Amino acid sequence: MTRYILGRFAQALVVLWAAYTVTFAVLYLLPSDPVALQLGAAGIETDKLTPEQLNTAMAQYGLDRPVLNQYFSHLWGFLHGDFGDSISKQQPVADLIGDRLGPTVALSITAATLSLVAGMALAYLASYMRWRPARLFLTRLPSFGASFPQFFIALLLIQLLSFNLGWLPATGVKGWKSLVMPSITISLLTASMLAQVLMRSFDDTLRQPYIVTARAKGLSRAAVQWRHGFRNALLPALTILGVLVGLTVTSAIVVETVFSRNGLGKLAQEAVLAQDVPVVLAIVSLAAAVFVFVNLVVDLLYPLLDPRIVQGRRKVASS
Amino acid sequence: MTVSVAHIASPATGTDPAATGAGPVTSGAEPAATGAEPVTSGAGSAAGEALLDESQPGGRRANLIASLRTLGSRPGFVVAVLFIAFVMVTAFAPGLFTSHDPYATAPADRLVSPSGGHLFGTDELGRDLWSRMLHGSALTIKATLIALGIAIVAGLALGVISGFFGGLVDAVLMRGVDVLLAIPSLLMALSIVTALGFGTVPVAVAVGVGIVPGFARTTRAEVLRVKTLPYVEAARGGGASWLRVLLRHVLPNSWGPVAVLAVLDTGIAIIAIASLSFLGFGAAPPTAEWGTLISAGRNYLVTAPWVSLLPGLFVAMTVLSLNHISKTLQELER
Repeated sequence: MTRYILGRFAQALVVLWAAYTVTFAVLYLLPSDPVALQLGAAGIETDKLTPEQLNTAMAQYGLDRPVLNQYFSHLWGFLHGDFGDSISKQQPVADLIGDRLGPTVALSITAATLSLVAGMALAYLASYMRWRPARLFLTRLPSFGASFPQFFIALLLIQLLSFNLGWLPATGVKGWKSLVMPSITISLLTASMLAQVLMRSFDDTLRQPYIVTARAKGLSRAAVQWRHGFRNALLPALTILGVLVGLTVTSAIVVETVFSRNGLGKLAQEAVLAQDVPVVLAIVSLAAAVFVFVNLVVDLLYPLLDPRIVQGRRKVASS
Repeated sequence: MTVSVAHIASPATGTDPAATGAGPVTSGAEPAATGAEPVTSGAGSAAGEALLDESQPGGRRANLIASLRTLGSRPGFVVAVLFIAFVMVTAFAPGLFTSHDPYATAPADRLVSPSGGHLFGTDELGRDLWSRMLHGSALTIKATLIALGIAIVAGLALGVISGFFGGLVDAVLMRGVDVLLAIPSLLMALSIVTALGFGTVPVAVAVGVGIVPGFARTTRAEVLRVKTLPYVEAARGGGASWLRVLLRHVLPNSWGPVAVLAVLDTGIAIIAIASLSFLGFGAAPPTAEWGTLISAGRNYLVTAPWVSLLPGLFVAMTVLSLNHISKTLQELER
C-alpha cells in the first residue's frame, strides 16, 4: 500500500514537471523571435532600439541568457513560489494570481458541486425511468447539453435572466447572485459529461448478479438502485473527476470573459492578448497542477473505495 | 480535457429509427430528406440487413453500402448531414447564398432586426449579418479543417508507430501523450497562440495540437487490436514486408473508429476555434470569424440580441449536427 501511494506521488510529480517543461518549450522555443515577443508585451518596439538599448532591455528581463539557463532559473523560482514578473503589468505574477484567485475558486467550487448534483440526478433518473420516451429523452439530454458552445449559453442566459427578467446581474463578482449564471453555464457542460459516464456505469452495474440477488430477495427496484446500484455505479465515474475539475477551471476563461468576472480566467485571457509570457506560463502550470492534484486524490481514494484495484494491479505487476 | 468526451460513448438506444430522429426534425421533412439522399431508394433498414447477409465479393464495400442504406432511413441523420453539407458549401462559396457584401456598411440600416431582406438582421454598422456569417464560415471551417488535418496526420502517425512497433518506442510516445493530456487542451492552445501570435492559422494550429493526443490513443488501440488478427499474421507469413503489412492491412482496417472520432472532434474543434476567436485571438477586423461576430454583438445584447444570438445559434446547430452524426455512426459500429 505504501508503495502504491509513493508511486502515485512520484508519478504526479513527474507529470507536473513534464507539463511545465512542455509549456515552457512551447512558449520559449516556438516563436521565431521570443525576445521581440516579450519586449513587445512590455511596450518596447525592438526595431526602433539601438543594439545597446536592446541589450539593456534584454538584460532587464533576463532574456539575454541561454534558454536552458532561463528554464532552470524559472523552474527553481516556481519551486519557491516565485513566478517571475508580469511583463505587461510590471507586477510579480504571484501577486496578480493571488488577487484574482478568489472569484475563480468560488466559481469552480460552485460549478463543480452543481454539476455533480445535476449530473448524478439526471443519470439516476434516466436509469430508473421505465417509460421509453421519457428514458430516451433523458439519455439524449447530455449529448445535447454538451453541444452548445459555452459563450452562446452564457449570452443566452444574460439575455434571458438579466435583460428580460432582471433577476440577476449580467456582470461583476458581487454577491451570490453573480455566481448563478456563470456556474450554470459551466456545469451544463460538465454535468452532461458526468451524466453520460454515469448512465453507462448504471447500465453495467444494474446488470450485475448481485442486483439480481437483491431483487430476488424481495427488495423493490427503487431500493435496489439506491442501496446496491448507486454506490457501485459511482466508482467508474470517479475517474473523470479530474477531467471535470480541469474543465471547470478552463471553462472559467471563456465564462469569466463573458460575465466580466475579475478572476484567473479573465487574467489568462488578458495575458494571452498582451502576449505576457510569464503570466501564461504560471497560469497554465497552475491549472495543470490542479488537474494533476485532483487525479492524485482520486487515485489515492480509489483503493479505499474499491480494494480490488490494488489487488488487480499487484497481479498485473507480478505477471 | 474536451478530448475525453470522445471516449464516452452514449448508451445504446437501439436501432429504432424513430428514436434516432429525436433531433429537431418535423415529420413532414422526412420523405423529402430521405429522397434527397441518393443512396436510399426507398429501401428501409430491412433491405439493409438483407444486403448484409448476402455474401457478395468485396466485403468492405458491400458493408459500406449497407450501412449507408441504414443511415439514409434515419431522418435526423439525413437532416444533420444536409446541414453540414450546407455549411461546407458556404465555407467555400459564401456568395452562393447571399447577394450582400459582408463589408458594405449602411449607417441608415444599423441594427435592423431579422427580416426577408436581412435574414439575420444587420450589425452596428449596418452590415448584413447573414452575409458576414457565411463569409465567417470560410475562415472558421478552413481553420477547423487545418486543425483536423494536423490532428489526423500527427495522431495517426503517432498511434500507428506506437501500436505497430510497441516496446520502448510505444512507451516513450505514450508517456508523451499522457503529459499532453495532463495539460487541459484549451490552456495548451492558449500557450501556442501566445507564442505564435493571433490569426486564423495560429488558432487552427493551437486547436489541432490540442486534439492530437486523443487521435494517437484511439489509433494505437485500434492498431493493437488489428495487429493480432489472423490476416495480418498470414500476410507476414506470406512474406510481405512490415511496411506493406502496415500500409495495406493494418492502416485500412484501423481507421474506422478514428473516422468517428474525427467527426466528433470536428464539433469540439469548431467550439474551441470559435471560443478562441471569441476571446479575441482570431483574425483581425473587419474580417469576422464566427466567434468574433458573436463577441462583437455582445455590446448590443440589450437593444439587438440577434446580433450575438443568431450567429451563436448557427454555431450551436453545426456542432449539434456533427455530434448527432458521430453518435449515429458509433451506434452503427457496434
